[in-house]
Amino acid sequence: MADVKPRIKLDKKEVAKGGVIEVKTLVSHTMESGQRKDKDGKTIPRKILNTFNCDLNGKTIFSANMEGAVSANPYFQFKIKPAESGTLTFTWIDDDGSKIQATEQIKVS
Amino acid sequence: MRHAINRRHALALATGAVVATTLALRAGPAHAAKNASDEAIKAFTRGKEPVRGKVRLELPEIAENGNTVPMTVTVEAPMTEESFVEEVMILAEGNPNPGVISFRFTPSSVAEANTRIRLAETQNVIALARMNDGSVFSDVKQVKVTIGGCGG
Repeated sequence: MADVKPRIKLDKKEVAKGGVIEVKTLVSHTMESGQRKDKDGKTIPRKILNTFNCDLNGKTIFSANMEGAVSANPYFQFKIKPAESGTLTFTWIDDDGSKIQATEQIKVS
Repeated sequence: MRHAINRRHALALATGAVVATTLALRAGPAHAAKNASDEAIKAFTRGKEPVRGKVRLELPEIAENGNTVPMTVTVEAPMTEESFVEEVMILAEGNPNPGVISFRFTPSSVAEANTRIRLAETQNVIALARMNDGSVFSDVKQVKVTIGGCGG
């Protein structure tokens, strides 16, 4: 999974204190729901990204717990009100324990 | 957005209705999903009775493709240290597993999130929002699904 590169879009990277940044994230993943059957009628085991975290300087400010009903290639659009400048870390955790990660720098003045 | 119901839609809806009836007859799994969603609601509300309002669920009235249905949830909350929405849970009672997603917010986020979800059939989608003081709010939207999103 290490080769998966998530796409992150911030509408701005610099914001005044109290200002809002809109975040859009997209990551490639089949999100196998565990409901589908293969040609032989056997259930294909569930394999999804079950957790998404958006951290600012190591503190989670927005997160999501996903189930099999989240579409393939999970897309999120959300807004943050960062209290300080620093590093935004975006982490997706797979059912198999592997992680997909990306970072962005933001400035709060 | 309101769709005019043309012949194609009407046919698709009729087909959907037949499928839904067939599924309803096989009440077993649907019943299990209902129980699972009741349990999830109980765990989420921690005994509080959900009140209609404050949380708003935006979904298309008709989803042509149940595999990817755009969904936005917003909560009226000041999002300050004193008053913010902690968690929003989305449930789809007509799916084999009712749990869809839950979002956790903080005073450093805005109470709004958008993603794309799978819906197996025409059904009600429920949003529950729990505030930091423990109060719980809810919203329900019905989505007509023409092509189910669970594979087969």
